[in-house]
Amino acid sequence: MENLDGAYLAVAALLFTMGVFGIFLNRRNVITILMSIELMLLAVNINMVTFAARSGDVGGHIFVLLILTVAAAEAAIGLAILVSFFRNHGGIDIEDLSEMKG
Amino acid sequence: MFVAELAFYLFSSLTLIAGLMVVLSRNPVHSVLFLILAFFNSAGLFVLRGAEFPAMVLVIVYVGAVAVLFMFVVMMLDQSIVKIKETGRRYLGIGGLIGLVLLIELVFVAASGSLRLDPTSIESSGLTNTQAIGMELYTTYFYAVQVGGLVLLVAMIGAIVLTMRTRAGVKRQDIPSQIDRKPSDSVVMKKVQSGQGI
Repeated sequence: MENLDGAYLAVAALLFTMGVFGIFLNRRNVITILMSIELMLLAVNINMVTFAARSGDVGGHIFVLLILTVAAAEAAIGLAILVSFFRNHGGIDIEDLSEMKG
Repeated sequence: MFVAELAFYLFSSLTLIAGLMVVLSRNPVHSVLFLILAFFNSAGLFVLRGAEFPAMVLVIVYVGAVAVLFMFVVMMLDQSIVKIKETGRRYLGIGGLIGLVLLIELVFVAASGSLRLDPTSIESSGLTNTQAIGMELYTTYFYAVQVGGLVLLVAMIGAIVLTMRTRAGVKRQDIPSQIDRKPSDSVVMKKVQSGQGI
């Protein structure tokens, strides 16, 4: 299985790039941007597991759990902000999200 | 080892296809469903790499909680597909450029050979993955776990505060005023003569 390490890293790199690409491409609604962030965190998790298996240290797996915790918190806060914004504006078009632009 | 390689290629290709469809899909509901598919397949990748416990936690936390939360919000906000404005084309160029540059950088780092680590196996210690995580989690990484709990607490309070609202005109039970009520406030004793009204 050692020869697949590079392949795991390549999968993670491609997934991370898809997340970044999705943030820039999807200027339509904010939910898709949040899902792109989840994809990027998933790519980081794949990297963590790969390096943990390669180096024989279980710390990578523990950091996967911590990243999952932070991702869940981030998703909850982001969706709460979206719900609150939707109530105040009646829509979540990303073009309307410009109130803090001086 | 042929089966493991076959499983790796199956899981990774499905993960990448699902990730691409998350980004490219027009309907947000389809995006959430493809996100769930990507999570399941990366859980398979985790199992192939010997991380059974993180794989199960990924399925339980992401598919069971986060994806359902996304689905709730997508359905609740009623984002109709027709109403979505076609503004994606404008950012295609710069988004593609940034993604391409990032991918080239990651390929350079991976190909430069600077990531060489000593190949040792976790399974050599004779513990299962869950046992190994349990030995380390509350000893070496004790403070990290505590900080993770604080992050969850702050997120919970923040989500409640952000979405709580008080509407006007809603009748609520006012417990202090109920407790403060005295018989003299509400009951009046009258002496009524027989044959007469009040």
